[in-house]
Amino acid sequence: MENVVITKESDARGSFCPGPLMELIRMVRDAEVGDVLAVISSDAGSQKDLPAWVAKAKHELLGQEDVDGAVKFIIKKTH
Amino acid sequence: MSEEKMSIVLFSGTVDKLMAASIIAVGASAMGKKVTVFLTFYGLMAFRKDDWKTNTKFSKDFEEMAEPAMAAMKEKNVPSWMSMLNDAAEVGDLTIKACGMTMDLFGMEMEHLEPIVEEVTGVGTFVQDAEGGQTMFI
Repeated sequence: MENVVITKESDARGSFCPGPLMELIRMVRDAEVGDVLAVISSDAGSQKDLPAWVAKAKHELLGQEDVDGAVKFIIKKTH
Repeated sequence: MSEEKMSIVLFSGTVDKLMAASIIAVGASAMGKKVTVFLTFYGLMAFRKDDWKTNTKFSKDFEEMAEPAMAAMKEKNVPSWMSMLNDAAEVGDLTIKACGMTMDLFGMEMEHLEPIVEEVTGVGTFVQDAEGGQTMFI
């Protein structure tokens, strides 16, 4: 992930399902095509929901990293 | 995204079930479904203007959970079910309709309802809206 430049990052730790998903959708909507976005989430539901939404909306999940027990999802807006 | 549909008959007006219905509505909207929520009886009463701000009613069979659940939601900053529905309307295709029969029965007018309620319809329209999609009754 070192060579990926994150355009915008949001720390949604402490927010409950479906909060982090809503945060991601807003970020994707407001971003430009090609932007790389990151959302950090600590809630259990989002661990599955965020990748599911990214697949459904046909964007690209570049990766996920552990951040102090939470997960940082890195997503590229593709269209 | 897809043209899949989810339709919810929201009959209940207790916070626990309003939360459940709102989370499903926001999740389905987020996943690209066209969501219709049809408010009837107690579900419609919960959408009277500003009622959600003071509604602490809970399902009778889990009444002892009302206080701890409301306290936990407040402590953990869980958004209200009304703000979740506003999120659903913002990110997706969500329409909230009021049951005409309930409106007539209790002498309610559109001006008495939260602005998120778009129109008054009958059950026939709801059935037509729901046709070919998933429907649930909460």
